[in-house]
Amino acid sequence: MTPTLQTFLIISAALFCIGLLAVLSRRHAIFILIGIEMMLAAANLNFIAFWRFSPQPMPPTGVMIAIFSIAIAAAEAAVGLALVIAVYRHYRTTNVDHLDQLKG
Amino acid sequence: MSRWLIDHLWLIPTVPFAASLAIFSMPNARHKGAALLAVVGQIAALVMSFFAFLPTLRAPGFRTVQNFTWFTFGDHALRLGWVLDPLAAAMLTMITLVGLCIFVFSIGYMAGDKNFVRFFAYLSFFSGAMLGLVISNSLLLLFICWELVGLASYLLIGFWIERSSAAAAAKKAFITTRIGDMGFFLGLLWLYGRSGTLLFYDGGNGCLESAGLAMLGVNATFIALLIFCGAMGKSGQFPLHVWLPDAMEGPTPVSALIHAATMVAAGVFLVARVYPIFSLGAFDGVTSSLTVVVWIGVTTALMAALIAIAQTDIKRILAYSTVSQLGLMMVSLGVGGVAAGMMHLLAHGFFKALLFLGAGSVIHGCNGEQDIRKMGGLRWLMPVTFSTYAIGMMALSGVPLFFSGGWTKEEILHVTAHWSASHLPYYFVLAGVVLTALYMTRQIVYVFFGDRRAGSQHAHESPRVMTMPLIALAVCATLFSVVLTPAWPWLHDYLTDESTHFESSRLIQPTLFLSLVLVSAGFALGIWMYRKAGAQDRQRPANTDPLEFAQPELFRFLENKMWIDELYARTVIALSWMSARLSDWMDRNFWDRLVRGFGRIGQSFGIFTASVDERGINDGVDETTVGTRGLGRLMSVAHSGQIQTYLSVIAIGVLALLLFYAWLA
Repeated sequence: MTPTLQTFLIISAALFCIGLLAVLSRRHAIFILIGIEMMLAAANLNFIAFWRFSPQPMPPTGVMIAIFSIAIAAAEAAVGLALVIAVYRHYRTTNVDHLDQLKG
Repeated sequence: MSRWLIDHLWLIPTVPFAASLAIFSMPNARHKGAALLAVVGQIAALVMSFFAFLPTLRAPGFRTVQNFTWFTFGDHALRLGWVLDPLAAAMLTMITLVGLCIFVFSIGYMAGDKNFVRFFAYLSFFSGAMLGLVISNSLLLLFICWELVGLASYLLIGFWIERSSAAAAAKKAFITTRIGDMGFFLGLLWLYGRSGTLLFYDGGNGCLESAGLAMLGVNATFIALLIFCGAMGKSGQFPLHVWLPDAMEGPTPVSALIHAATMVAAGVFLVARVYPIFSLGAFDGVTSSLTVVVWIGVTTALMAALIAIAQTDIKRILAYSTVSQLGLMMVSLGVGGVAAGMMHLLAHGFFKALLFLGAGSVIHGCNGEQDIRKMGGLRWLMPVTFSTYAIGMMALSGVPLFFSGGWTKEEILHVTAHWSASHLPYYFVLAGVVLTALYMTRQIVYVFFGDRRAGSQHAHESPRVMTMPLIALAVCATLFSVVLTPAWPWLHDYLTDESTHFESSRLIQPTLFLSLVLVSAGFALGIWMYRKAGAQDRQRPANTDPLEFAQPELFRFLENKMWIDELYARTVIALSWMSARLSDWMDRNFWDRLVRGFGRIGQSFGIFTASVDERGINDGVDETTVGTRGLGRLMSVAHSGQIQTYLSVIAIGVLALLLFYAWLA
């Protein structure tokens, strides 16, 4: 059985949902970051899949976008981790339930 | 110097005014400085007056005026000015000379007073106001200075303010003269309404010149009488004379100043100054306004002379003699003898100042005693005072030949005798002359002759600073007669703008013998009546006046000033009391209630608006804020600060959108 576009889309949707679930349910900021990374990976998977199954796949375009996206994700992860560290230093916790200063 | 001074005539009153201001700013302890400044200011005024006097001698009828515009309103310009003519120049010289003597005397008399500095400030102010009055060429400016003189007299009469009698006398003087001034002011307005100018001389357009007088017509009588009201108040003429004797509450130099140089002279001077208005349309020298002046004068002269006989206060006797002499001057003015009246005023200035300062010296020597019945025997104790006082007394009585008063009185007798309207005033004036001699003899006998009594036991002569002015004034009062004699009537001709020539045959006039007889009669009567006044008499109780012993009712009547004060108390003052009470009642019971009613209306309206504010607007705003707050609280529930809640909501929203689109497709 050869994988089709559907297969990839389902995997990607599943990955996105898992990431979203992690973001929404985990209390630890690191896990939330991991969830975000998973949602980004799902998006990258979509890019590659749509590129691979397009009628005339141009060699570099899809891969380029994916690599670009991964680079951004890396930068984003660095910023996110830095934030987590800063938040920890300030509040002595990384539990997002306690970080409710934006409460109205 | 004289030329320059004529252009700057205003400097003469300004110098004493400036001195007064400077003295006012001095500390209370600077006695020497204050006295020096006042005297120097007065000397400066005297010198300037003298230089202003010189050019008026050059030609008869000399007159210079200087007018300027004070302010304009609409088409009218209010103009003031200065005038220098024989009348003004003679007054200037007399006022400054007599004033200077009084200033110097005051240095000694007021030496121990704690308000010495203030006293000299007032004196300078008084002198300045009077000098301004004399040289003003506008009835308005004259009126302003007139009121300043009134103010100064008020301040000085009430100088010993801690005595309630002095305060009352000051008020009485101020209010009584104010009644006259009301008439004066009305006359002034009337004059302005008729002639459109208040300047006396203005190159033919002044109110005393032919063009201005022509516009007055029959109104002149009323205007003259209204102006005379002011003169009556200031010069203590009959119905308004009551303040003058009470003014004796002031320090004696003040009495001298008021009675000789300033204040009372102002009224006579005013009549002389505006004489053309009085004499307008005269028939044989008689007009109705002048007739009123004559009769008021006669009444005053006679009445005051009678009252003076029964007074026991040394200064009060002199005060009534002043009232009497002023009456004589008014008579003289009224019968047409302006020069005679003014001559008597000038001569009177010298000898009355002398008498008052002499009285001051006596009071000073007797340690404040003023009752003549307690003095006596002072002639050896106070020789200088006695001899100068005797000269003043003889001048006042009108002893002919050697004393100035004799010549001026003769002149008055002369003009009064020739009045065409009636001969009665002449006889009254004759009686006045006898009475003057009588009461002055009584005073001299009581004060200087006989035995020493209670008040004069420790009498002493006054210091030289006080006797020198006495001597100077005595010399003036005597030497002044040189220019008064009928043989060389220099002053008379000077005042009436004629040139003088000497004629020895005129020296002896019939009136000379007449007045000699009258004065001798007065003296003889006085000496006969009072020869034993001081001594104990078996029939007469001690300290009783011979007249009181002979005629108790008459004496009581005169001693109480003919009950005029009491009459006023019963009529005018009672009336004003009643009207005051009525006004008070109206104020309390009518106007107050009215005002309070209006207040209550305003108050209730205020309460109404307050409740609207409180209930309507305030509560409305409160409700709004409460609602807004509740809404805010409700909304803030959504803002939990839980980032995951937000994200869940977003996720649910996206999911819902997806489902919606899926359903659409």
